[in-house]
Amino acid sequence: MKPFTYERADSAKAAAAAIAANPNAKFIAGGTNLLDLMKLQIETPAHLIDVNHLGLDKVEKTRDGGMRIGALVRNTDLAADRTVRRDYAVLSRALVSGASGQLRNKATTAGNLLQRTRCPYFYDTTKPCNKRQPGSGCAAIGGYSRSLAVIGVSDQCIATHPSDMAVAMRVLDATVETVNPDGAKRMIPIADFHRLPGTTPNIETSLQPGEFITGVTLPKPIGGMQIYRKVRDRASYAFATISIATVLQPDGSGRFAFGGVAHKPWRVEAADARASQGAAAVATAAFAGANPTAQNAFKVPLVQRTLAAVFTEAKA
Amino acid sequence: MKFDTPATALNPIDQQKVIGRSHDRIDGPAKVTGTAPYAYERNGMAPNAAYGWIVGSAIATGRIVSIDSRDALAAPGVLKVVTYENAGKLAKAKNHTAHMLAGPMVEHYDQAVALVVAETFEQARDAAKMVRVQYTQGTPKGDLAAQKDSAIKPKGGKPDTAVGDFAGAFARSAVKVDETYTTPDHSHAMMEPHATIASWTGDKLTLWTSNQMIDWAVGDMATTLMIPRENVRVDSPFIGGGFGGKLWVRSDAVMAALGARAVGRPVKVTLARPQIMNNTTHRPATIQRLRIGAGKDGRIDAIAHEVWSGDLEGGSPETAANATRLLYRGENRMTSHRLAVLNLGEGNAMRAPGEAVGLLALEAAMDELAEKLNMDPVQLRIVNDTQFDPEKGESRPFSSRKLVEALKVGADRFGWSKRNPKPGQVRDGKWLVGMGMASAFRDNVTMDSGARVGVDSKGLVTVETDMTDIGTGTYTIIAQTAAEMMGVPLEGVVVKLGDSRFPASAGSGGQWGANSSTAGVYAACMTLRTQLAQKAGFNADATFADGKITSGNRSVSLGEAAGATGTVVTDKIEFGDLSKKYAQATFGSHFAEVGVDMATGEIRVRRMGGAFAAGRILNPKSARNQVIGAMAMGVGAALMEDAVPDPRFGYFVNHDMAEYHVPVHADIPKQDVFFLSELDEKSSPMKAKGVGELGICGAGAAIANAVYNACGVRIRDYPLTLDKVIKGMA
Repeated sequence: MKPFTYERADSAKAAAAAIAANPNAKFIAGGTNLLDLMKLQIETPAHLIDVNHLGLDKVEKTRDGGMRIGALVRNTDLAADRTVRRDYAVLSRALVSGASGQLRNKATTAGNLLQRTRCPYFYDTTKPCNKRQPGSGCAAIGGYSRSLAVIGVSDQCIATHPSDMAVAMRVLDATVETVNPDGAKRMIPIADFHRLPGTTPNIETSLQPGEFITGVTLPKPIGGMQIYRKVRDRASYAFATISIATVLQPDGSGRFAFGGVAHKPWRVEAADARASQGAAAVATAAFAGANPTAQNAFKVPLVQRTLAAVFTEAKA
Repeated sequence: MKFDTPATALNPIDQQKVIGRSHDRIDGPAKVTGTAPYAYERNGMAPNAAYGWIVGSAIATGRIVSIDSRDALAAPGVLKVVTYENAGKLAKAKNHTAHMLAGPMVEHYDQAVALVVAETFEQARDAAKMVRVQYTQGTPKGDLAAQKDSAIKPKGGKPDTAVGDFAGAFARSAVKVDETYTTPDHSHAMMEPHATIASWTGDKLTLWTSNQMIDWAVGDMATTLMIPRENVRVDSPFIGGGFGGKLWVRSDAVMAALGARAVGRPVKVTLARPQIMNNTTHRPATIQRLRIGAGKDGRIDAIAHEVWSGDLEGGSPETAANATRLLYRGENRMTSHRLAVLNLGEGNAMRAPGEAVGLLALEAAMDELAEKLNMDPVQLRIVNDTQFDPEKGESRPFSSRKLVEALKVGADRFGWSKRNPKPGQVRDGKWLVGMGMASAFRDNVTMDSGARVGVDSKGLVTVETDMTDIGTGTYTIIAQTAAEMMGVPLEGVVVKLGDSRFPASAGSGGQWGANSSTAGVYAACMTLRTQLAQKAGFNADATFADGKITSGNRSVSLGEAAGATGTVVTDKIEFGDLSKKYAQATFGSHFAEVGVDMATGEIRVRRMGGAFAAGRILNPKSARNQVIGAMAMGVGAALMEDAVPDPRFGYFVNHDMAEYHVPVHADIPKQDVFFLSELDEKSSPMKAKGVGELGICGAGAAIANAVYNACGVRIRDYPLTLDKVIKGMA
């Protein structure tokens, strides 16, 4: 870990101003990902801005009947929130399927959205990684890629986004709320928040320099059968091999987001439109253009098989 | 005390007043209150210790061209950077395949290249990133399958055996299995990382470390540093797991010693979790071909087990065919081990080396044979029981062997008769449910072991031995042994372990520790009994009970007999040739029920059970703890543990606990463990055998066989991950 300086922000606007003033700074919230990365010198911030004490730890109803989740709401608290459990069950289920109880007690809503990939080459500073060190190459391509992305990949990067929560947020059409140093708010649809790797896999979100996440809003509840299905070899404490977040309506319509398959929570409108045609049609549309490696090609049929089971479960 | 004739007579251990009964661990309160310090926490032993951080090699094979430490040395708090250029001359110890410090040649990825010593841990770790090492890189070999054809017959040991005419008999067999199985590399993944605090006083070195084999550690440190054995002290009273990963001193100990010598004050070094998989040892991957030929009655006529594994140059093979030499009958048989050179760090022993992965193949092949014979898998094993070493013949019987009883009792307890032999027939909601079984087999090894036992004037018994407790319950069984022998309650015994100033013991490894080390305590206690009886004027018929020595109607308290200054003796158990005359092994049966998700191929173990025969069970509670832990490790081997080599770079890619998966609580179901009553008089005066590794041997195969029974997919490439399941289902 490199030496760093530390400050505690006293407002969201001040936090944004502090990071705008120091390009080598990082926000620190739960620290469940950042501290590990700092110890390995994958992240080397010279300055940490502690945003834990800004009062952004509340879950509130919004005027339009939706919900606003403060950026610092802990995963445990969000999963246990009664309204979330009743009206956004897919989110609660996604949250409790992730990490461990101890980690969820610390991990925050915004931090979860911003967690870095678990690609093993990203984690090893002796190996090339365009995400960690732009231009150095991608060791994962042609390497151990079983857990990595099958769609939306580039010849620069095949990393996945590891979050469960974000997959549920994606299916719920969440919006990320930010503030900049001037105090101006911006609302970023979650579809536009995470990026595909392209030629700049080091740039993972659409956040601008000096922008600070204050919360996530959810539209008013959409009802339906809400399912989060996470597939993994180990029963707990494992990142998703693949995961499916879905909301299926009695009229046969539905929406689908997939985790463990891409650099961002994966959702395709054309796939949603085929909900009434069943799992195979949805999976085919969602994974048209998939470009897996030999080691992770199984994920594509796995998604289809799992989705079929999810449809069956929803009808049961 | 020589042990060269069977212990047929009753001895004090046979009283079983204290031994043979379940007792809580005597070190339990210290463990759960955080007052049993692990190596890295023993700051009180070496105040003012500086911190060392190991810089690992970034390449798998090649040569160091230059090491530039200038920036590191200029960093805050840095005291020294130790490399091969300034460490002084070092030798390679006999238990090491690669050097603990690289230079100029690099032998594997993450081999120690430098130690940065600084005032704080964070300073050392930060400065380690500033050490610039230039290499010329060789081309690594990291793929066992690609190197299989270059594998050679290893020197030493007994790589090959052959009896009768395997080829002819196999060709004539009515029913045959000929399949190849593969097992991946495994990492020990013990809870406590390797850690050492080293301190020099003049030319005398003390290591507070975490090590399973104190006497080997002393010898290997002395050899490495080229100093006399007597100048090395190793102390390791509490160990947070080892599984074979701490059988030898590793780079933490060697580099801490070099660092402490360089800075003239104590230095502490631990390996960070991501360093362990490539810097230390691992269980090597195997390719195993099994050929079994049987008659229609299921009796095996021909059996062959060929094994390929890899290691660094000068390394040794994974002896996965060893179990096949002893487990089943058959007049025509052969085994072989071949060794390829791989640049993947040092392959070496991990819990039940040989058998653990050997049975993953052998017991899966037996399941396939049972299916071809249309015979119950339990019955197949029963008809192939042998009461003597099948390679040596009737002249070498087993010392004790209750395989058949273990199979029958295990099957009954598990409800095996309810199994549908046809795969894919049982459903429970979305789950396909199946049952599988396997025999359990592990060698019983005995090792000479010493102890010092004393009684003070108050009658308190103290045992000192360099034996280790790696989480196994050694403190408790040694206290039980001494209590039984001296006729005092468990609370009347103090046990001190893990210090090289104590008599050398068997140490913890190869499941020999419990039986051998308690036999050493038995030997010392017998000598002590004789001395105390003589001092108190008793004949040989005196009994030791209730804190007193009694003969006729005269009693003398132990303390009184010991005298004002107490009485202390040292003795050891020395094993003769009974293990040559008699095949010695432990036996059992494993049963598993699994569910396979019909859609996703996810496998979840629903329940496990087994019956085990391992001589006298010294403490059923701690023995059960050993067996269920080993069964959990069997779940890992069957379903998830897989250290993945990247042959391009010659290293294990998934080198942390987030990516190298071991089972978590949610993966481990109810486990039923039943110990058969058995005394083995040829094993030791304790009449016990090893039990610490038996539980892993066969557990994974039982699960693999259950997966086949559940869904009809036979996977011969461990671990059985869901991608392989759905590929078979499609």
